[in-house]
Amino acid sequence: MNDILQRIATAVERGKTDRDAPYPPDLRGEEGAAELTARALQQGIPPERVLADALVQGMQAVGDRFERGQAFLPDLLIAARAMTAAMAHLRPAFESGAVQHRGTFVVGTVAGDLHDIGKRIVAMVMEGNGWKVVDLGINVPAARFLEAIPGQDRCVVGLSALLTTTMPAMENTVRTIKAQHPEVPVFVGGAPVTAEFGARIGADGYFPNPQGLVRHLGRRGV
Amino acid sequence: MTRLRAVLRARGVLVADGGWGTMLMRRGLALGECPERWCLDRPDEVRDVARQYVGAGAEVVMTNSFGANRLKLERFGLEAQAAELNEIAARLSREAAGPERFVFGSVGPTGRLLVVGEVTEAALAEAFGEQAAALVAGGVDAILVETMIDVEEARVAVRAARACAQVPVACTFTFERSAAGAYHTIMGVAPAAAARAALEAGADIVGTNCGRGVADMVAIVRTMRAAAPDVPILVQANAGLPDAAGVYPETPESMVAHVPALVRAGAGIVGGCCGTTPAHIRAIRRVVDRIREGR
Repeated sequence: MNDILQRIATAVERGKTDRDAPYPPDLRGEEGAAELTARALQQGIPPERVLADALVQGMQAVGDRFERGQAFLPDLLIAARAMTAAMAHLRPAFESGAVQHRGTFVVGTVAGDLHDIGKRIVAMVMEGNGWKVVDLGINVPAARFLEAIPGQDRCVVGLSALLTTTMPAMENTVRTIKAQHPEVPVFVGGAPVTAEFGARIGADGYFPNPQGLVRHLGRRGV
Repeated sequence: MTRLRAVLRARGVLVADGGWGTMLMRRGLALGECPERWCLDRPDEVRDVARQYVGAGAEVVMTNSFGANRLKLERFGLEAQAAELNEIAARLSREAAGPERFVFGSVGPTGRLLVVGEVTEAALAEAFGEQAAALVAGGVDAILVETMIDVEEARVAVRAARACAQVPVACTFTFERSAAGAYHTIMGVAPAAAARAALEAGADIVGTNCGRGVADMVAIVRTMRAAAPDVPILVQANAGLPDAAGVYPETPESMVAHVPALVRAGAGIVGGCCGTTPAHIRAIRRVVDRIREGR
Protein backbone atom coordinates (compact mmCIF):
# COMPACT_ATOMS: atom_id res chain seq x y z
CA MET A 1 0.00 0.00 0.00
CA ASN A 2 1.03 3.57 -0.70
CA ASP A 3 3.16 4.81 2.20
CA ILE A 4 1.18 7.99 2.84
CA LEU A 5 -2.13 6.09 2.83
CA GLN A 6 -0.66 3.71 5.41
CA ARG A 7 0.41 6.68 7.51
CA ILE A 8 -3.08 8.21 7.33
CA ALA A 9 -4.64 4.90 8.38
CA THR A 10 -2.28 4.71 11.35
CA ALA A 11 -2.96 8.33 12.32
CA VAL A 12 -6.71 7.63 12.32
CA GLU A 13 -6.34 4.36 14.20
CA ARG A 14 -4.24 6.01 16.89
CA GLY A 15 -6.46 9.11 16.99
CA LYS A 16 -3.77 11.55 15.93
CA THR A 17 -5.89 14.44 14.63
CA ASP A 18 -3.29 17.02 13.63
CA ARG A 19 0.19 18.14 14.57
CA ASP A 20 -1.05 20.15 17.60
CA ALA A 21 -3.17 17.34 19.08
CA PRO A 22 -1.92 16.25 22.52
CA TYR A 23 -3.23 12.68 22.04
CA PRO A 24 -1.71 10.19 21.84
CA PRO A 25 1.28 11.46 23.84
CA ASP A 26 3.86 9.32 22.00
CA LEU A 27 2.98 11.02 18.68
CA ARG A 28 3.23 14.57 20.02
CA GLY A 29 4.54 16.98 17.38
CA GLU A 30 4.13 14.55 14.49
CA GLU A 31 1.85 15.05 11.50
CA GLY A 32 -1.73 13.92 12.03
CA ALA A 33 -4.58 12.67 9.87
CA ALA A 34 -5.45 16.23 8.76
CA GLU A 35 -2.00 17.20 7.42
CA LEU A 36 -1.36 13.78 5.88
CA THR A 37 -4.73 13.77 4.11
CA ALA A 38 -4.13 17.26 2.70
CA ARG A 39 -0.73 16.12 1.40
CA ALA A 40 -2.10 12.92 -0.13
CA LEU A 41 -4.67 14.96 -2.06
CA GLN A 42 -1.96 17.40 -3.19
CA GLN A 43 0.03 14.42 -4.48
CA GLY A 44 -2.94 13.64 -6.69
CA ILE A 45 -4.22 10.55 -4.89
CA PRO A 46 -7.97 10.40 -5.67
CA PRO A 47 -10.18 11.36 -2.70
CA GLU A 48 -12.15 8.12 -2.95
CA ARG A 49 -8.90 6.18 -2.49
CA VAL A 50 -7.92 8.30 0.52
CA LEU A 51 -11.32 7.55 2.03
CA ALA A 52 -11.50 3.83 1.27
CA ASP A 53 -7.84 2.79 1.56
CA ALA A 54 -6.74 5.02 4.43
CA LEU A 55 -9.46 6.60 6.56
CA VAL A 56 -11.90 3.69 6.58
CA GLN A 57 -9.04 1.23 7.17
CA GLY A 58 -7.91 3.19 10.22
CA MET A 59 -11.42 3.29 11.73
CA GLN A 60 -11.85 -0.40 11.03
CA ALA A 61 -8.58 -1.25 12.77
CA VAL A 62 -9.52 0.60 15.96
CA GLY A 63 -13.06 -0.79 15.76
CA ASP A 64 -11.71 -4.33 15.57
CA ARG A 65 -9.49 -3.71 18.60
CA PHE A 66 -12.50 -2.28 20.46
CA GLU A 67 -14.49 -5.44 19.77
CA ARG A 68 -11.62 -7.61 21.01
CA GLY A 69 -11.52 -5.59 24.24
CA GLN A 70 -8.09 -4.18 23.38
CA ALA A 71 -9.31 -0.62 22.84
CA PHE A 72 -11.87 1.43 24.72
CA LEU A 73 -14.23 4.33 24.16
CA PRO A 74 -11.57 7.06 24.34
CA ASP A 75 -9.68 5.24 21.57
CA LEU A 76 -12.81 5.10 19.39
CA LEU A 77 -13.54 8.75 20.11
CA ILE A 78 -10.14 10.16 19.29
CA ALA A 79 -9.97 7.99 16.18
CA ALA A 80 -13.38 9.32 15.11
CA ARG A 81 -12.19 12.85 15.73
CA ALA A 82 -9.06 12.29 13.63
CA MET A 83 -11.22 10.82 10.89
CA THR A 84 -13.57 13.81 11.01
CA ALA A 85 -10.63 16.24 10.79
CA ALA A 86 -9.31 14.38 7.75
CA MET A 87 -12.78 14.33 6.15
CA ALA A 88 -12.86 18.14 6.25
CA HIS A 89 -10.19 18.03 3.52
CA LEU A 90 -12.44 15.78 1.45
CA ARG A 91 -15.31 18.27 1.54
CA PRO A 92 -14.89 19.41 -2.09
CA ALA A 93 -14.99 15.76 -3.15
CA PHE A 94 -18.21 15.24 -1.16
CA GLU A 95 -19.72 18.33 -2.77
CA SER A 96 -18.77 17.23 -6.28
CA GLY A 97 -20.16 13.76 -5.63
CA ALA A 98 -16.78 12.03 -6.09
CA VAL A 99 -17.18 10.52 -2.61
CA GLN A 100 -20.33 10.00 -0.59
CA HIS A 101 -21.40 9.70 3.00
CA ARG A 102 -22.62 6.25 3.93
CA GLY A 103 -25.93 7.85 4.75
CA THR A 104 -27.48 10.16 7.28
CA PHE A 105 -27.69 9.32 10.97
CA VAL A 106 -30.45 11.26 12.70
CA VAL A 107 -29.89 10.93 16.43
CA GLY A 108 -31.39 12.26 19.64
CA THR A 109 -32.19 11.56 23.29
CA VAL A 110 -35.92 10.94 23.66
CA ALA A 111 -38.48 13.30 25.19
CA GLY A 112 -38.12 13.86 28.91
CA ASP A 113 -34.53 12.66 29.03
CA LEU A 114 -31.69 15.15 29.40
CA HIS A 115 -28.76 12.75 29.06
CA ASP A 116 -26.41 13.89 26.37
CA ILE A 117 -23.08 12.16 26.61
CA GLY A 118 -23.93 8.65 25.42
CA LYS A 119 -25.82 9.99 22.44
CA ARG A 120 -22.97 12.34 21.55
CA ILE A 121 -20.44 9.51 21.78
CA VAL A 122 -22.47 7.46 19.29
CA ALA A 123 -22.82 10.52 17.02
CA MET A 124 -19.07 11.12 17.05
CA VAL A 125 -18.24 7.51 16.25
CA MET A 126 -20.82 7.40 13.44
CA GLU A 127 -19.44 10.61 11.94
CA GLY A 128 -15.97 9.15 12.17
CA ASN A 129 -17.22 6.15 10.23
CA GLY A 130 -18.37 8.24 7.31
CA TRP A 131 -21.94 9.09 8.23
CA LYS A 132 -23.48 12.52 7.95
CA VAL A 133 -24.85 13.18 11.45
CA VAL A 134 -27.94 15.21 12.28
CA ASP A 135 -27.90 15.55 16.07
CA LEU A 136 -31.29 16.71 17.33
CA GLY A 137 -30.00 17.05 20.90
CA ILE A 138 -31.69 15.98 24.12
CA ASN A 139 -35.35 15.89 25.25
CA VAL A 140 -36.45 15.43 21.61
CA PRO A 141 -40.19 14.92 20.98
CA ALA A 142 -41.16 12.30 18.39
CA ALA A 143 -42.43 15.05 16.08
CA ARG A 144 -38.92 16.53 15.73
CA PHE A 145 -37.66 13.19 14.38
CA LEU A 146 -40.48 13.20 11.84
CA GLU A 147 -39.45 16.69 10.72
CA ALA A 148 -35.79 15.70 10.40
CA ILE A 149 -36.15 12.48 8.40
CA PRO A 150 -37.64 13.56 5.05
CA GLY A 151 -35.08 14.42 2.39
CA GLN A 152 -32.20 12.65 4.12
CA ASP A 153 -30.29 10.23 1.97
CA ARG A 154 -30.20 6.62 3.27
CA CYS A 155 -31.53 7.75 6.63
CA VAL A 156 -30.96 5.76 9.82
CA VAL A 157 -32.30 6.89 13.21
CA GLY A 158 -30.67 6.45 16.62
CA LEU A 159 -32.60 6.94 19.87
CA SER A 160 -31.03 7.23 23.32
CA ALA A 161 -32.66 6.89 26.75
CA LEU A 162 -30.76 6.82 30.04
CA LEU A 163 -33.74 6.72 32.38
CA THR A 164 -36.16 3.87 32.97
CA THR A 165 -38.82 6.55 33.21
CA THR A 166 -38.22 7.72 29.65
CA MET A 167 -38.29 4.25 28.11
CA PRO A 168 -42.02 4.68 27.31
CA ALA A 169 -41.10 7.86 25.39
CA MET A 170 -38.62 5.76 23.42
CA GLU A 171 -41.37 3.31 22.52
CA ASN A 172 -43.66 6.14 21.46
CA THR A 173 -40.90 7.66 19.31
CA VAL A 174 -40.13 4.35 17.57
CA ARG A 175 -43.81 3.73 16.82
CA THR A 176 -44.37 7.30 15.61
CA ILE A 177 -41.41 7.10 13.22
CA LYS A 178 -42.33 3.62 12.00
CA ALA A 179 -45.94 4.68 11.31
CA GLN A 180 -44.75 7.38 8.91
CA HIS A 181 -41.46 5.93 7.67
CA PRO A 182 -41.59 2.13 7.94
CA GLU A 183 -38.51 1.89 5.67
CA VAL A 184 -36.26 3.93 7.98
CA PRO A 185 -34.25 1.71 10.36
CA VAL A 186 -34.48 2.83 13.98
CA PHE A 187 -31.86 1.73 16.50
CA VAL A 188 -31.97 2.20 20.26
CA GLY A 189 -29.41 2.41 23.05
CA GLY A 190 -28.75 3.65 26.57
CA ALA A 191 -28.03 2.15 29.98
CA PRO A 192 -31.48 0.71 30.84
CA VAL A 193 -32.24 -0.39 27.26
CA THR A 194 -31.89 -4.03 26.26
CA ALA A 195 -32.19 -6.04 23.04
CA GLU A 196 -35.50 -7.50 24.29
CA PHE A 197 -36.90 -4.06 25.03
CA GLY A 198 -35.78 -2.83 21.59
CA ALA A 199 -37.50 -5.76 19.90
CA ARG A 200 -40.67 -5.32 21.92
CA ILE A 201 -41.07 -1.64 21.00
CA GLY A 202 -40.51 -2.29 17.29
CA ALA A 203 -36.95 -1.00 16.91
CA ASP A 204 -34.64 -2.56 14.32
CA GLY A 205 -31.90 -3.23 16.81
CA TYR A 206 -30.19 -2.45 20.08
CA PHE A 207 -26.43 -2.08 20.56
CA PRO A 208 -24.60 -1.72 23.84
CA ASN A 209 -21.87 0.39 22.24
CA PRO A 210 -21.42 2.55 19.12
CA GLN A 211 -19.09 0.08 17.44
CA GLY A 212 -21.84 -2.53 17.45
CA LEU A 213 -24.05 -0.21 15.42
CA VAL A 214 -21.23 0.67 13.01
CA ARG A 215 -20.53 -3.00 12.43
CA HIS A 216 -24.18 -3.90 11.99
CA LEU A 217 -24.68 -1.16 9.38
CA GLY A 218 -21.48 -2.22 7.63
CA ARG A 219 -22.80 -5.79 7.41
CA ARG A 220 -26.09 -4.59 5.99
CA GLY A 221 -24.03 -2.91 3.30
CA VAL A 222 -25.36 0.51 4.14
CA MET B 1 -11.59 13.55 58.24
CA THR B 2 -10.90 13.19 61.95
CA ARG B 3 -14.52 12.95 63.14
CA LEU B 4 -15.57 10.76 60.22
CA ARG B 5 -12.65 8.40 60.80
CA ALA B 6 -13.36 8.25 64.53
CA VAL B 7 -17.02 7.40 63.99
CA LEU B 8 -16.15 4.85 61.32
CA ARG B 9 -13.65 3.22 63.63
CA ALA B 10 -16.17 3.11 66.47
CA ARG B 11 -19.05 1.73 64.38
CA GLY B 12 -17.11 -0.28 61.79
CA VAL B 13 -19.63 0.36 59.03
CA LEU B 14 -21.78 3.39 58.26
CA VAL B 15 -25.07 3.39 56.35
CA ALA B 16 -25.55 5.92 53.55
CA ASP B 17 -28.72 7.02 51.78
CA GLY B 18 -30.28 5.67 48.56
CA GLY B 19 -31.45 7.04 45.21
CA TRP B 20 -32.59 10.65 44.89
CA GLY B 21 -33.93 10.92 41.36
CA THR B 22 -36.83 8.50 41.70
CA MET B 23 -37.70 9.97 45.11
CA LEU B 24 -38.00 13.44 43.58
CA MET B 25 -40.05 12.04 40.68
CA ARG B 26 -42.50 10.52 43.13
CA ARG B 27 -42.92 14.02 44.49
CA GLY B 28 -43.68 15.38 41.04
CA LEU B 29 -40.32 16.15 39.43
CA ALA B 30 -41.19 16.11 35.73
CA LEU B 31 -39.14 14.33 33.11
CA GLY B 32 -36.72 16.80 31.58
CA GLU B 33 -36.89 19.12 34.56
CA CYS B 34 -33.69 20.22 36.33
CA PRO B 35 -33.66 18.27 39.64
CA GLU B 36 -31.31 20.75 41.32
CA ARG B 37 -33.73 23.57 40.61
CA TRP B 38 -35.95 22.06 43.27
CA CYS B 39 -33.48 23.35 45.87
CA LEU B 40 -34.88 26.80 45.03
CA ASP B 41 -38.46 25.98 44.04
CA ARG B 42 -39.41 23.03 46.24
CA PRO B 43 -36.97 23.07 49.19
CA ASP B 44 -39.43 21.28 51.50
CA GLU B 45 -39.61 18.31 49.13
CA VAL B 46 -35.83 18.13 48.84
CA ARG B 47 -35.37 18.27 52.60
CA ASP B 48 -38.04 15.61 52.98
CA VAL B 49 -36.10 13.15 50.78
CA ALA B 50 -33.09 13.53 53.06
CA ARG B 51 -35.35 13.25 56.10
CA GLN B 52 -36.87 9.98 54.83
CA TYR B 53 -33.42 8.49 54.45
CA VAL B 54 -32.46 9.69 57.92
CA GLY B 55 -35.65 8.05 59.19
CA ALA B 56 -34.67 4.83 57.43
CA GLY B 57 -31.38 4.77 59.33
CA ALA B 58 -28.92 6.52 57.03
CA GLU B 59 -25.97 7.99 58.91
CA VAL B 60 -24.58 9.64 55.77
CA VAL B 61 -26.92 11.67 53.54
CA MET B 62 -26.11 13.23 50.21
CA THR B 63 -27.23 16.56 48.75
CA ASN B 64 -29.47 17.34 45.78
CA SER B 65 -26.56 18.80 43.83
CA PHE B 66 -25.43 15.98 41.51
CA GLY B 67 -25.70 18.07 38.35
CA ALA B 68 -25.22 21.49 39.96
CA ASN B 69 -21.97 22.37 38.23
CA ARG B 70 -22.07 25.46 36.02
CA LEU B 71 -21.28 23.49 32.86
CA LYS B 72 -24.35 21.29 33.28
CA LEU B 73 -26.56 24.07 34.61
CA GLU B 74 -25.93 26.07 31.42
CA ARG B 75 -28.47 23.79 29.76
CA PHE B 76 -31.18 25.29 31.98
CA GLY B 77 -29.81 28.82 31.97
CA LEU B 78 -29.01 28.38 35.67
CA GLU B 79 -25.21 28.61 35.52
CA ALA B 80 -25.13 31.95 37.35
CA GLN B 81 -26.96 30.30 40.27
CA ALA B 82 -24.57 27.37 40.62
CA ALA B 83 -23.14 28.52 43.95
CA GLU B 84 -26.56 29.38 45.36
CA LEU B 85 -28.08 25.99 44.39
CA ASN B 86 -25.21 24.08 45.98
CA GLU B 87 -25.28 26.07 49.16
CA ILE B 88 -29.03 25.54 49.55
CA ALA B 89 -28.69 21.82 48.71
CA ALA B 90 -26.13 21.48 51.49
CA ARG B 91 -28.26 23.38 53.98
CA LEU B 92 -31.39 21.31 53.22
CA SER B 93 -29.60 17.99 53.77
CA ARG B 94 -27.95 19.39 56.92
CA GLU B 95 -31.34 20.41 58.32
CA ALA B 96 -32.56 16.86 57.81
CA ALA B 97 -29.38 15.21 59.08
CA GLY B 98 -28.81 17.31 62.20
CA PRO B 99 -25.33 17.92 63.57
CA GLU B 100 -24.47 14.28 64.30
CA ARG B 101 -25.03 12.58 60.98
CA PHE B 102 -22.75 13.25 58.04
CA VAL B 103 -23.69 15.24 54.96
CA PHE B 104 -21.75 14.47 51.77
CA GLY B 105 -21.99 17.10 49.03
CA SER B 106 -22.78 15.36 45.74
CA VAL B 107 -20.62 16.37 42.75
CA GLY B 108 -21.43 14.50 39.52
CA PRO B 109 -19.80 14.56 36.07
CA THR B 110 -20.14 17.59 33.81
CA GLY B 111 -21.05 15.45 30.80
CA ARG B 112 -18.26 17.02 28.71
CA LEU B 113 -15.43 14.93 27.37
CA LEU B 114 -11.83 15.94 27.99
CA VAL B 115 -10.49 13.38 25.54
CA VAL B 116 -12.08 14.99 22.49
CA GLY B 117 -11.42 18.53 23.67
CA GLU B 118 -15.04 19.44 24.53
CA VAL B 119 -13.79 21.03 27.73
CA THR B 120 -10.43 21.99 29.20
CA GLU B 121 -9.06 20.84 32.54
CA ALA B 122 -9.03 24.48 33.62
CA ALA B 123 -12.76 24.92 32.89
CA LEU B 124 -13.55 21.67 34.74
CA ALA B 125 -11.44 22.73 37.72
CA GLU B 126 -13.21 26.07 37.89
CA ALA B 127 -16.68 24.50 37.76
CA PHE B 128 -15.88 21.81 40.34
CA GLY B 129 -14.05 24.28 42.59
CA GLU B 130 -17.04 26.62 42.61
CA GLN B 131 -19.41 23.76 43.40
CA ALA B 132 -17.29 22.31 46.20
CA ALA B 133 -16.74 25.71 47.84
CA ALA B 134 -20.48 26.41 47.84
CA LEU B 135 -21.31 22.96 49.28
CA VAL B 136 -18.81 23.58 52.09
CA ALA B 137 -20.27 27.04 52.70
CA GLY B 138 -23.66 25.31 53.06
CA GLY B 139 -22.25 23.02 55.72
CA VAL B 140 -21.33 19.63 54.22
CA ASP B 141 -18.93 17.34 56.09
CA ALA B 142 -17.34 15.96 52.93
CA ILE B 143 -17.38 16.35 49.17
CA LEU B 144 -18.50 13.26 47.22
CA VAL B 145 -17.22 13.24 43.65
CA GLU B 146 -19.51 10.50 42.32
CA THR B 147 -20.64 8.35 39.41
CA MET B 148 -17.42 9.12 37.56
CA ILE B 149 -16.84 7.31 34.26
CA ASP B 150 -13.80 9.33 33.19
CA VAL B 151 -10.88 8.97 35.58
CA GLU B 152 -9.28 12.15 34.19
CA GLU B 153 -12.37 14.20 35.00
CA ALA B 154 -12.48 12.60 38.47
CA ARG B 155 -8.87 13.59 39.10
CA VAL B 156 -9.64 17.21 38.25
CA ALA B 157 -12.75 17.18 40.46
CA VAL B 158 -10.94 15.67 43.46
CA ARG B 159 -8.03 18.09 43.12
CA ALA B 160 -10.39 21.06 42.79
CA ALA B 161 -12.37 19.98 45.85
CA ARG B 162 -9.13 19.41 47.75
CA ALA B 163 -7.80 22.85 46.83
CA CYS B 164 -10.82 24.85 47.95
CA ALA B 165 -12.27 22.90 50.82
CA GLN B 166 -10.97 21.83 54.19
CA VAL B 167 -13.21 18.76 54.30
CA PRO B 168 -12.55 15.15 53.29
CA VAL B 169 -13.08 14.23 49.66
CA ALA B 170 -14.64 10.94 48.54
CA CYS B 171 -14.60 9.70 44.97
CA THR B 172 -16.77 6.93 43.48
CA PHE B 173 -16.66 5.42 40.01
CA THR B 174 -19.18 3.51 37.92
CA PHE B 175 -17.99 0.30 36.29
CA GLU B 176 -19.28 -1.97 33.55
CA ARG B 177 -18.52 -5.65 33.13
CA SER B 178 -16.97 -6.86 29.89
CA ALA B 179 -17.97 -10.09 28.17
CA ALA B 180 -14.80 -11.60 29.63
CA GLY B 181 -16.04 -10.69 33.12
CA ALA B 182 -13.57 -7.87 33.80
CA TYR B 183 -14.72 -4.60 35.32
CA HIS B 184 -13.82 -1.22 33.86
CA THR B 185 -15.26 2.27 33.42
CA ILE B 186 -16.72 2.88 29.96
CA MET B 187 -13.42 4.65 29.30
CA GLY B 188 -11.55 1.41 29.97
CA VAL B 189 -10.08 1.94 33.45
CA ALA B 190 -10.17 -0.94 35.94
CA PRO B 191 -11.27 -0.44 39.58
CA ALA B 192 -7.75 -0.71 41.03
CA ALA B 193 -6.35 1.91 38.65
CA ALA B 194 -9.34 4.20 39.25
CA ALA B 195 -8.87 3.94 43.03
CA ARG B 196 -5.16 4.70 42.71
CA ALA B 197 -5.88 7.73 40.51
CA ALA B 198 -8.37 9.09 43.05
CA LEU B 199 -5.89 8.60 45.89
CA GLU B 200 -3.10 10.30 43.93
CA ALA B 201 -5.41 13.26 43.36
CA GLY B 202 -5.99 13.48 47.11
CA ALA B 203 -9.17 11.50 47.85
CA ASP B 204 -9.69 10.37 51.46
CA ILE B 205 -12.40 7.85 50.58
CA VAL B 206 -12.78 5.85 47.35
CA GLY B 207 -15.58 3.67 46.11
CA THR B 208 -18.07 2.64 43.50
CA ASN B 209 -21.70 3.48 42.79
CA CYS B 210 -24.53 3.03 40.30
CA GLY B 211 -23.55 0.10 38.05
CA ARG B 212 -25.18 -3.26 37.57
CA GLY B 213 -26.17 -4.16 41.09
CA VAL B 214 -24.82 -5.05 44.48
CA ALA B 215 -23.56 -8.55 43.60
CA ASP B 216 -20.98 -7.09 41.19
CA MET B 217 -19.87 -4.59 43.81
CA VAL B 218 -18.29 -7.29 46.00
CA ALA B 219 -15.63 -8.13 43.40
CA ILE B 220 -15.08 -4.46 42.60
CA VAL B 221 -14.61 -3.56 46.28
CA ARG B 222 -12.16 -6.40 46.74
CA THR B 223 -9.84 -5.09 44.01
CA MET B 224 -10.27 -1.50 45.19
CA ARG B 225 -9.39 -2.56 48.73
CA ALA B 226 -6.15 -4.17 47.50
CA ALA B 227 -5.22 -0.98 45.63
CA ALA B 228 -6.28 1.34 48.45
CA PRO B 229 -5.69 -0.57 51.69
CA ASP B 230 -5.80 2.39 54.07
CA VAL B 231 -8.90 4.39 53.16
CA PRO B 232 -12.61 3.83 53.74
CA ILE B 233 -14.53 2.44 50.77
CA LEU B 234 -17.99 3.79 49.92
CA VAL B 235 -20.49 1.65 47.97
CA GLN B 236 -23.87 2.76 46.61
CA ALA B 237 -25.25 0.11 44.27
CA ASN B 238 -28.28 0.33 42.01
CA ALA B 239 -31.18 -1.97 42.80
CA GLY B 240 -29.98 -4.14 39.90
CA LEU B 241 -30.50 -3.43 36.21
CA PRO B 242 -34.05 -2.42 35.32
CA ASP B 243 -36.16 -4.80 33.21
CA ALA B 244 -37.99 -3.97 29.98
CA ALA B 245 -40.80 -2.33 31.95
CA GLY B 246 -38.30 -0.12 33.76
CA VAL B 247 -38.67 -1.93 37.08
CA TYR B 248 -35.55 -2.42 39.22
CA PRO B 249 -35.38 -6.07 40.26
CA GLU B 250 -33.62 -5.90 43.63
CA THR B 251 -35.94 -5.90 46.61
CA PRO B 252 -34.60 -4.70 49.96
CA GLU B 253 -34.25 -8.37 50.98
CA SER B 254 -32.39 -9.54 47.87
CA MET B 255 -30.09 -6.52 48.03
CA VAL B 256 -29.09 -6.87 51.67
CA ALA B 257 -28.23 -10.52 51.21
CA HIS B 258 -24.96 -9.22 49.70
CA VAL B 259 -24.18 -6.65 52.38
CA PRO B 260 -22.17 -8.95 54.71
CA ALA B 261 -19.95 -9.99 51.76
CA LEU B 262 -19.59 -6.36 50.76
CA VAL B 263 -18.42 -5.44 54.25
CA ARG B 264 -16.04 -8.41 54.38
CA ALA B 265 -14.59 -7.27 51.02
CA GLY B 266 -13.78 -3.91 52.60
CA ALA B 267 -16.79 -1.59 52.26
CA GLY B 268 -16.97 0.90 55.13
CA ILE B 269 -19.93 3.02 54.03
CA VAL B 270 -22.88 1.24 52.36
CA GLY B 271 -25.95 2.81 50.76
CA GLY B 272 -27.86 2.67 47.49
CA CYS B 273 -28.13 4.39 44.11
CA CYS B 274 -30.72 4.28 41.29
CA GLY B 275 -33.85 2.33 42.14
CA THR B 276 -33.15 2.12 45.88
CA THR B 277 -35.61 3.61 48.34
CA PRO B 278 -35.85 4.21 52.10
CA ALA B 279 -37.08 0.59 52.35
CA HIS B 280 -33.75 -0.62 50.92
CA ILE B 281 -31.79 1.62 53.29
CA ARG B 282 -33.84 0.46 56.28
CA ALA B 283 -33.01 -3.14 55.36
CA ILE B 284 -29.32 -2.31 54.94
CA ARG B 285 -29.33 -0.62 58.35
CA ARG B 286 -30.78 -3.75 59.99
CA VAL B 287 -28.01 -5.91 58.52
CA VAL B 288 -25.34 -3.38 59.44
CA ASP B 289 -26.65 -3.25 63.02
CA ARG B 290 -26.30 -7.02 63.20
CA ILE B 291 -22.75 -6.83 61.84
CA ARG B 292 -21.92 -4.21 64.48
CA GLU B 293 -23.31 -6.38 67.30
CA GLY B 294 -21.09 -9.21 66.13
CA ARG B 295 -17.90 -7.15 66.16
